Amino acid sequence: MSQSEPGEDPRRAHHDLGGVTKFLCETVDTAPHALTRFDRRVDALRQILGAAGIMRVDELRRGIEAIPVAEYHRLAYYQRWVRSIADNLLRKGVVSAEELRAALAAGREAGR
Amino acid sequence: MTSRPDPALLATPAEELFAALLAVLAAKGMVSEAELAARIQSTDAASPAQGARMVARAWVDPGYRALMLADGTQAAEALGIPMLGAPPLGVLENRPGRHHLVVCTLCSCYPRAVLGYPPFWFKSAAYRARAARDPAGLIAEWGTVLPPGTEIVVVDSTADYRWMVLPQRPPDTAGWDEAALASLVREGDMIGVTVPGSMPEPMPERGGKPG
Amino acid sequence: MTRLAPGTRVRVRDDWPEARGEAHIRTPHYVRGREGVVVRHLGDFPNPEDLAFVRPAATLPLYHVQFDPSAIWPPPRSAGAVLIEIFGPWLEAR
Repeated sequence: MSQSEPGEDPRRAHHDLGGVTKFLCETVDTAPHALTRFDRRVDALRQILGAAGIMRVDELRRGIEAIPVAEYHRLAYYQRWVRSIADNLLRKGVVSAEELRAALAAGREAGR
Repeated sequence: MTSRPDPALLATPAEELFAALLAVLAAKGMVSEAELAARIQSTDAASPAQGARMVARAWVDPGYRALMLADGTQAAEALGIPMLGAPPLGVLENRPGRHHLVVCTLCSCYPRAVLGYPPFWFKSAAYRARAARDPAGLIAEWGTVLPPGTEIVVVDSTADYRWMVLPQRPPDTAGWDEAALASLVREGDMIGVTVPGSMPEPMPERGGKPG
Repeated sequence: MTRLAPGTRVRVRDDWPEARGEAHIRTPHYVRGREGVVVRHLGDFPNPEDLAFVRPAATLPLYHVQFDPSAIWPPPRSAGAVLIEIFGPWLEAR
């Protein structure tokens, strides 16, 4: 019965973190963390896609929530965003898997 | 919507995946380096200094305070803070006996237009989990202890609004001008994890402050 | 749907779409099935549960609803109240 302990309700989605028991004893890292160039660029791309009507913030959130729980907690904040942006653009056909694979291969070639 | 993307493709290391996405989008003419740079510049321009200006104005101008509590977006615009395209801004006022703490338990909704990028702690699982349930224990991590009997109202930012806190003016600031008052207000004060003057901070010499 | 007035006692639907399949929900798990009080109508916004899946989205009333944490959480607990934005269809007047 959920009325007893909502912090342990098994029906909860993993991103829905309010009051979740297993995090209650975790300390908060209150130190400042500077954003990296990568962080800023991902944030900027999200804004550009939103302003152009290509992907809404609601879609970004859906894609983040679709990340399997272990990876959701392992990935850094903007790494989740990249995963979600890729998920959404592929689903919508804005970018095809072939195009993305080719660009990945080209990037690996250039980085060699 | 088409079919579900290949999970293995999505599991590509994010930095690599991002570079490839950008390359494809650039080839299609959908995004350019110049656009990215412009967005980064405008996003970097929003910072807690903007929210602090609003707080300081509200402390000295009762009419502005009333506007800020009624319509945060208009109040921000009145100080020249760009709000076009930003979600509506709501402002909650701390009073003796009533303190507010903002959290987004579902993701990381943050009043970016007036405070800038959300800080690391705001996005952490521990903050999101603990705020809704034990805010007093949570803000103690910042050394914040509220007067006994203070009720903490947790504001879970779940939908289309973004929320900021109007903190109480520190008692020993009579006669200070707006710029001096604004310099007292930190990011955490406007989310509710700290209160102005709660932590001793070296104060740089500046004009307008008596002393 | 008639607008809920400030002060109206409401109950959040005890519904768990995320347990039935793909869903995007903006009503936190911890207030499902709980009672609260409408503080004010914040405005009307398109339903994020549809926007997230690129479906046509109805415009819905959004309310600020206040809850008593002692009716939600066992200790440790120190919140005096929790204020949450909740869309109209999640709320039933009591």
